[in-house]
Amino acid sequence: MAQGQMAPGIVSGRLSSDELTSNFADLHPPLAPHEAAVAADRCYFCYDAPCVTACPTDIDIPLFIRQIQAGQPQAAAQTIFDQNILGGMCARVCPTETLCEEACVREAAEGKPVQIGRLQRYATDTVMATGEHPFERAAPTGKTVAVIGAGPAGLACAHRLAMLGHDVVIHESRPKPGGLNEYGIAAYKSTNDFAQAEVDWLLKIGGISVETGSVLGGTISLDGLTANYDAVFLSIGLAGVNALRAQGTDKDGVRDAVDFIAEVRQAEQLAHLPVGRNVVVIGGGMTAVDAAVKSRLLGAEHVTIAYRRGRDAMGASRYEQDLAASHGVRILTHVQPVAVHGTGAAAEIELEYTTTQDGKLAGTGETVRVPADQVLKAIGQTLEGAPEGLALDGSKIAVTGAGRTTLDGVWAGGDCAAGGDDLTVTAVAEGRDAAMDIHATLVS
Amino acid sequence: MADLTTNFLGISSPNPYWLASAPPTDKEYNVRRAFEAGWGGVVWKTLGSEGPPVVNVNGPRYGAIYGADRRLLGLNNIELITDRPLEVNLEEMARVKADYPDRALIASIMVPCEEAAWKAILPRVAETGADGIELNFGCPHGMSERGMGAAVGQVPEYIEMVTRWCKTYYDRPVIVKLTPNITDIRKPAEAARNGGADAVSLINTINSITSVNLDTFSPEPSIDGKGSHGGYCGPAVKPIALSMVSEIARAEATHGLPISGIGGVTTWRDAAEFISLGCGTVQVCTAAMTYGFKIIDELTAGLSEWMDEKGYSSIDQVIGRAVPNVTDWQYLNLNYVAKAKIDQDQCIKCGRCYAACEDTSHQAISMSDDRVFEVKDDECVACNLCVDVCPVEGCISMEPMAAGTVDPRTGKEVDPAYANWTTHPNNPMTKAAE
Repeated sequence: MAQGQMAPGIVSGRLSSDELTSNFADLHPPLAPHEAAVAADRCYFCYDAPCVTACPTDIDIPLFIRQIQAGQPQAAAQTIFDQNILGGMCARVCPTETLCEEACVREAAEGKPVQIGRLQRYATDTVMATGEHPFERAAPTGKTVAVIGAGPAGLACAHRLAMLGHDVVIHESRPKPGGLNEYGIAAYKSTNDFAQAEVDWLLKIGGISVETGSVLGGTISLDGLTANYDAVFLSIGLAGVNALRAQGTDKDGVRDAVDFIAEVRQAEQLAHLPVGRNVVVIGGGMTAVDAAVKSRLLGAEHVTIAYRRGRDAMGASRYEQDLAASHGVRILTHVQPVAVHGTGAAAEIELEYTTTQDGKLAGTGETVRVPADQVLKAIGQTLEGAPEGLALDGSKIAVTGAGRTTLDGVWAGGDCAAGGDDLTVTAVAEGRDAAMDIHATLVS
Repeated sequence: MADLTTNFLGISSPNPYWLASAPPTDKEYNVRRAFEAGWGGVVWKTLGSEGPPVVNVNGPRYGAIYGADRRLLGLNNIELITDRPLEVNLEEMARVKADYPDRALIASIMVPCEEAAWKAILPRVAETGADGIELNFGCPHGMSERGMGAAVGQVPEYIEMVTRWCKTYYDRPVIVKLTPNITDIRKPAEAARNGGADAVSLINTINSITSVNLDTFSPEPSIDGKGSHGGYCGPAVKPIALSMVSEIARAEATHGLPISGIGGVTTWRDAAEFISLGCGTVQVCTAAMTYGFKIIDELTAGLSEWMDEKGYSSIDQVIGRAVPNVTDWQYLNLNYVAKAKIDQDQCIKCGRCYAACEDTSHQAISMSDDRVFEVKDDECVACNLCVDVCPVEGCISMEPMAAGTVDPRTGKEVDPAYANWTTHPNNPMTKAAE
């Protein structure tokens, strides 16, 4: 039963099932054929197109849009999948406003880029709806590669390796493959269990087995992997979260945003999912926006994002910030958490205003209290459980070239590896490129 | 406000926009709607001889080609002349003309190439009060296979003969409508003049197949799996029509012959262009069929606005103004040198100019790592392709070089004097004359 938006504390059923279903519908519904035709007609087929340069996976965007214009979305999809086997998910979750669509010359010309993301979805959906897999495997090479982590990087790497004739075993610690596509992406960007459907479709290439519950440092070890496989690709993501330095963070109602997001993604029934009446999200990245928007969609009355610097410094793009604002999320900038107050459970969060002095962030001493029965920490994830013996670059696994680690026969890519943005599309590119390098090494 | 009143062969209309003989003018209902909307005149859908009317196909009559966003660029049709009884058409024409005496109403006629047939129909048309007749020597499909339409229009002798009959048995203006499906448009125009025609109108539609269905391999429009060439019209044919109009306007034998221009008139600008090439009126069909009669508001307001801007107070002042500037290639000034110039402020960095020039022209545009595109004056032949492919109007322009400056491509000074091919040293004919 709906308890209403006014119910205090962290409770479920703030909204009716119908309201929840409507709230969590596709953020950008798919283009109908007519819409796609109109959108595709706007592409200028630029020379050495800026959108391609902006795409981490180098999809030939003008070509695939021209193929849509010419009435062959399935051919367009092939162009996309050649470069990015997770082109379906990327079409949904890529921050296109800071990638291809920001670079689109029609953004410069009219402030209205070609809708590249939605056209990509139109093309890829067309093929995926058929259920057919558009690639075939090369002749078997007799080599077997271990991929650790079934997120975007691992899946892209595994698919490319399988296509090239290698056998692949993916070791995944969670119960389901997909990584952040399954556990992390905002629910309103990937509806209808698309992440699992995409994994199933991807695995149709054959030659890839997925072993879930397989934990590096637990059930498996890097030594064992290097001994048993011809090559290893590490795509273990960032399993740790940064600690929040403030008092009272051990109170009930304070938790990591990534766990909250995963819970929303995995929820059988959103109506059973509890959310606070007053939610405060700490952080300024996409995770913060996702957590904040989801809280509102679940029925939280007041949701605030508290970020310690200005809006320009936020990891979330302006588009994402506007998305949050349009869902009624208040964005408080230049504040840092000092303490969570409440008896047993969180009731308020105390935030200190910040200023920048000599390039360093400093508290001003002035504080403000915001009601908060739920505090979601979204201040970044960290590498956790990286095998010993691998050199690190900062806090991530050091790589050179196409994901080569300092250990022979071990490659790494995705969020766990140094370099590149922590984006699905970047992870796909790194997985794909590492696969090509592994292949070149194995067949040489 | 410029006066758009048109006097064409003594036929007055409040503006130069007539609806061409075509489906929009097939019956009283449509024509009344057109006149209420503000059209200056109509050429009634072509009448045939008395007796059982022709029949049309019962499947699709039109096919189309499109530009971006499914904008209709070309339309083709396989419809025949009116399939309604002659008597009905004549009665309706008389009623409409009586109710709209200030509008032009022209009867289009196509009857067999026999004197008796023309002698029979002309008095009946005259009785309607129509302001004149237009001889349909143009339809390229169906009727031409029966010895009418384009089958007449392609034989200058027939044109002259039929025109003469019409001038004999009809005392109002006779306009001869010409088919473009011919090698030299000047010949039929000259024949029409020789036969006594008061004017010519052109172009009629062009033989065309708009597409082939790749499932059935039938041309479109497809009638039960088969297709036939139809008549092509719409914006795509305008350049062909302008050229043909200009040929007639400037040929010695036909110079001064009044012309009613037809072919892809879609906006006021198209009309102004036809008029400047010598047309006293323009006829519109596809634009009306695409957007409805209401476009007349833009057509009239736009033409009037432009005339005001330019200081023209009447259509007569515009007619033929561009004709003296139509010449043969051999008389073009070879000492005129221009260079492309890219306005960096307007450039959106799509690189289409670069691709076009680098791949298909003269490698005269450079591209920097940060996508700045610049013209290499020492390679640019001013071909205009970059201007044509640039999506931003006005971003790239052709700038003439001042006399006395040095063209970096040729290393030669720009000569202020006019010089053309007829006197050029590379011309073998020039040498032969020496």
